[in-house]
Order: sequence, then structure tokens, then C-alpha cells
Amino acid sequence: MSKGNQVLEEITSKEYEHGWTVNLEADEAPMGLNEGTVRFISAKKGEPEWLLEWRLKAFRQWEKMVEPKWPNVTYPAIKYQDIIYYSAPKKKAALDSLDQVDPELVKTFEKLGISITEQKRLTGVAVDAVIDSVSVATTFKEKLGELGIIFCSFSEAVKEHPELIKKYLGSVVPMNDNYFAALNSAVFSDGSFCYIPKGVRCPMELSTYFRINAANTGQFERTLIVADEGSYVSYLEGCTAPMRDENQLHAAVVELYAMKDAEIKYSTVQNWYPGDKNGKGGIYNFVTKRGLCFGDHSKISWTQVETGSAITWKYPSCVLKGDYSVGEFYSVAVTNNYQQADTGTKMVHIGKNTRSRIVSKGISAGKSQNSYRGQVHVMKRASNARNHSQCDSLLMGDQCGAHTFPYIDVENNSARIEHEATTSKIGEDQIFYCLQRGIDEEAAVALIVNGYAKEVLNQLPMEFAVEAQKLLALTLEGSVG
Amino acid sequence: MLTIKNLQAKVGEKQILNGIDLKVNAGEVHAIMGPNGSGKSTLASVLAGREDFEVTSGEVDFLGKNLLELEPEDRAREGIFMAFQYPVEIPGVSTINFMKTALNQIRQYRGQQALDAVSFLQLMKEKMKLVEIDQSLLSRSLNEGFSGGEKKRNEIFQMAMLEPKLSILDETDSGLDIDALRIVANGVNKLRTKNNAVIVVTHYQRLLDYIVPDFVHVLYKGKIVKSGGKELALELEAKGYDWIKNEAAVA
Repeated sequence: MSKGNQVLEEITSKEYEHGWTVNLEADEAPMGLNEGTVRFISAKKGEPEWLLEWRLKAFRQWEKMVEPKWPNVTYPAIKYQDIIYYSAPKKKAALDSLDQVDPELVKTFEKLGISITEQKRLTGVAVDAVIDSVSVATTFKEKLGELGIIFCSFSEAVKEHPELIKKYLGSVVPMNDNYFAALNSAVFSDGSFCYIPKGVRCPMELSTYFRINAANTGQFERTLIVADEGSYVSYLEGCTAPMRDENQLHAAVVELYAMKDAEIKYSTVQNWYPGDKNGKGGIYNFVTKRGLCFGDHSKISWTQVETGSAITWKYPSCVLKGDYSVGEFYSVAVTNNYQQADTGTKMVHIGKNTRSRIVSKGISAGKSQNSYRGQVHVMKRASNARNHSQCDSLLMGDQCGAHTFPYIDVENNSARIEHEATTSKIGEDQIFYCLQRGIDEEAAVALIVNGYAKEVLNQLPMEFAVEAQKLLALTLEGSVG
Repeated sequence: MLTIKNLQAKVGEKQILNGIDLKVNAGEVHAIMGPNGSGKSTLASVLAGREDFEVTSGEVDFLGKNLLELEPEDRAREGIFMAFQYPVEIPGVSTINFMKTALNQIRQYRGQQALDAVSFLQLMKEKMKLVEIDQSLLSRSLNEGFSGGEKKRNEIFQMAMLEPKLSILDETDSGLDIDALRIVANGVNKLRTKNNAVIVVTHYQRLLDYIVPDFVHVLYKGKIVKSGGKELALELEAKGYDWIKNEAAVA
């Protein structure tokens, strides 16, 4: 045993010796992060020993790591010891009608075209039993069950399908992958698990909306999707409705695992609270998303529309291990006011004849900073790898910034990599042209921005795309002129 | 329909329009001609409501409304259309989608219901025929990769769709070969009725061979220095603008 390991062993056993008193009656973990916090969370969730061990290992790794400083964002230091890492899901006080909801919020809902029922659900107004999402979800679940599809909360999966979790947890994003992934691995609250059996084509878009217990997954969400051979699934995350949250720090992990001939399509609309016009408040969103195209001819496709959060740090990536596997990344990232986004993707070509495609559309307005950071890595064995990247930036006004950081590493001569980048500005000429046709400024901006982002929006499932279009326009309202 | 009185405008510190007087009635075609830099395009832009220009004096009445007080989009909704000299490109937005948005905003302003998809398509097909434009062009991103002729034809198509009361054609002939010119002019002529009016801003006489004006005005140094019938255009073509410049200098 190496000295390092020996020390580690000593420390861990010592801790065991002392034991940790876990007050299971408490609704919240004590403030701060130490092994006790991790044990508290695990015990609260009634987790098996192996998962606790996994969390603890992640925690110990995290302790040795440092927060990355390379992203093109600035924010005050996060005080990790001032955060409460677990609180029991609280039931929001049920409201009787939408009249009791913040009128501003209702106005936003209306602009987004969100149905009354959905508005009620989002704001915690009691919904009558017939259309209650729980009952919808139950029917939904039965249907999926017939096909052998597992779709449940992460905690439930730990209990019901431990063999799958044990096998795939951390298989795509190792617990020590990066600072925030390690943090998530140690203290993750809940999330979703999805398994599509061999040869099954999931007949509907899977959305957390339909998952029971989807509410209050907390700030450290964990999602794991496994698509077995020849299966297909389209998964939707988030919603266009504005999301407020008490927790400022969010560090989620999403792992996708595609076997031979399987395809996973993962779409996100992120609209967390971005802070006010002066840059006060807002969510810090540090997410690790990665898909593994493990089998030959597998395919993983990420589509994201990012409009929220004060800070976004996110690089949905594809590891193309299987021969002929395909990775795609379609992104629209909008920043306004004082928002900062450093987002992009990584395409790692390992298998032969692997292909990847990147389409990134950044839109910066106000005083915001928007960076694209993307890596294309072709490994030695990946003969005939192909990549096409297109990174466009659209600027609105003259106080924002758009940045592009492409990294290309090629270790195989047969690779073909193409990178295109453009920067444009919404011109006064374009706006005037629209005005002269009787289109007001708000609609003009919406038209121009949606036209610009069309290639990405087209990748979203139909209903989602319509909402996303409205969301883009809404996010940029008043940012011209 | 349109009455302009002593209109003066500047861009930055530069005075460009120095007191324009003009009256346009329904059913009429007016040509505004003049040498480069005389203020022709500025006049068009001021009428359309472009912000770069500051109106320093004068009045413009359009169908009983004070035009200068209206926002550009409301001017369009009241029935003013400008065919641009340099139509802009809007990537990812098809002409069809663009027109649908425009038409429905105009209809909303006028208290009419939005057109349903079928009626819209019907209207579009009808107007396409009128201005000899192909649907494939209209499905493409607005003006993106269009030839000069296609851009101008697209402008006239939009004019046909929006059925304006007053159309201002700003140097619509620039960059057109003779065939394209003919098609564009034909389109404009077909759209003429006794209820609408057209102002043709042009440097050259040749467009006026096809769109025959009732009145020709010569603009020089921001003022209308001479007005006449269509024969004035021919006279200008023969003698050039120096003649006008000299006359203006003497006066």
C-alpha cells in the first residue's frame, strides 16, 4: 500500500471509529460540507453502504481539488462552507388561485403561452384531481412500464434497480472528473434515471414533468440515462417558464450511455433566474454533461437553449468510442444584462469513422459576456473522423462581449475537421427594414433572433421549439434601442 | 393624400433638406429626380421615419394625420411603403414568414383579424403571379444570396402584399439590367389604382420609360427647383443636370 493510500485508510477508519451522529429528525443538514454532511445526506435517503462509500470517495477527491479558474467568467468566491447541502423537500404553501401569484410572473407565463394548468402547477396553485400531473404521470408510467422502460427518480432507482445504478453511475462522468462533478457526486440530492431496454423505441418524449417526485430535486441534480442496444429515447430537461430558486449554486451532472445502435436525444431549455438588471442575484450554474457513445453506430445529440442563470459553465460533450458513432451539439446561448456564459462542447473521437457536428449560436445583449468554448479531439485510433463546427455570435448593442475559444487536437492524419465562425450585429438597418413593413421593434428582434437561431431551434421537439422561440424574444425584450 | 410643406431635415450637423413643398394626390405618380447628393434618398427616408434624420422644420400631412409624429411602424400601418435601394438580408427568416408577420401586425393595427394560413397562401399566390416571382425565392432567407434583380423584385412583391396607399420607390432601378427593370416596372404598373399613389425616386430617366409619371420634380441642394410633366424627365436626360444647376444658381 502506498503511503498516500495508507494515510487515507487511516483517516477513513478513524472517522468510522468516531462515528457520525446523524440527526435524522432534522429537516436540514447543518451548514457546511464535511464527511458528516455526506453521511447525513446518504442516511436521510436511506442509501446502501456502497453508495455512501462512493459519495465519501468523491468528497475526499473534491477536498483535494481546486475550483477551475479558466472559464471566462468572474464571480465572487463561493463559500462552500456557508451552504446547506441538504434540506428536506418542502411543500410550498398551496395557493388557492393564480390571483395570489406575483402578477409579473403571470404576465411572463402569458407571454410564453403557458397554459393555465401549467401555470398553476409551476406556481404551486392547487390543481383539480383530474388533470393533476401526478395522475398523468401514473398513466404515463404504466405505458412505459409495458415496454420495459424504467423512468424514475434517482433515489427510487437506487432502491429498485441498484444493479443498474452500480454499473453505470460515474461510468461516463467519473466522480473526480472535475471540481463541480466531484462536489455533485458527494452531495447530489436527487434527479432522474432512465433505462431503455434493447430494441425499444421510446414512444414519447421523456420529460421530468411527467416524473413523480420531480419537484425539489435540489441544487445538485443527477441524471443518468442508459440506452441499451438499438434503442431510442428523446429526453427533455427544464422548461421555458422562469425558475427561481433559493439556492444560488447549482452543480448538476448528467450522464448518457448509448450502446450499439442506440440513440439518445437530449434537449434542454434552461431559464433559471439570471439576476436583476443590475446583475444582483441569479443562479450560478456549473453543470457537467457528458454522453458516451459506447457501442458502434450509436448516436448522442445535445440540444440546448440557455437563457437563464447569472453564470453558466456548461459543456455537454460526447465521447465517441464506438466505431461509426455520431455526436451532435446544437446550442443557443443568450446572455443579457450582466449574465455571463462560458459554454460549448467537447467531442472526443476514439472510434473509427466517428462523426461530430457542432452548431453554436451565441447571442449577447446588455453588458453580458458570452463565450463559446469547444474542443474537438481526434485520438490516434480514430481514422476517418469527421467534425464540422459552426460558431456564430450575434451582438446586440455595444457593451456586450462575444468570445470564441476553439481547441482542436488531432492525432490521426485521416481526420477532417472544419471550423467556421461568424460574428454579426443586429443592425439598425435590419430593424428599420422591419419597422417599415409595419413590424414593431419587439417583433422585429424576435424575428431576427429566431431566424439566427433557427438551425438549433429546429432540433427541438415541436412544442418545445415554439416555447423556446417565445422565450428568446422575451429574454431580449428591450435590449435594442 | 400627401402634403409636404417647407420640410427641412439634417443628418448630424449637415442640413440636407432645405424646404421641400410637395403635394401628391391619389392616383398620381410623381418622379423625384436630381443629381447625386441632392437629397432624394433623404426625402424618402424622412417620409418613412428613419431615425438618423432630424426634421428641423416643416409639416407632412398624410391622409389627415401628422406623419412626422408617427412611429415608423405606424407610418407603414397607415399605408406608407418604401421599396429600399439596398434591401437588407435577414438570415433564417423567409420572405413568407416575414410577410406573414408584417401583414398580421398591420391588420391588427387596423382592427382586422389575422389571416389564417389558407387565406394567406391564397393572397400570396395571387400576388406572386402579379409580380412574376417564384415561390422558391420566397421560401429562402429574406434577401440572403439574392441577385440585385431578385432583391428588387422581392421589394415589389412585398409592396403587392401590403397594398400600400403611398409607395416610395427609392432608386429601385439601381443595379438592374433591362429585363429585371421591365419586370419590376410592370409589377408597379399593375399595382397602380386610382386610390393609391407612387413616388419614384431615381437618378436616371430610363425607369420612367416604364413607369410613366404624371409629375416630375427636380431636387437640387435639398429643394425642388423645377417641376413639370413627364417631358421634363426627357429634357433632363438630353441636357443633363448642369442645366438645372445653372438655372438654380441664377435664381
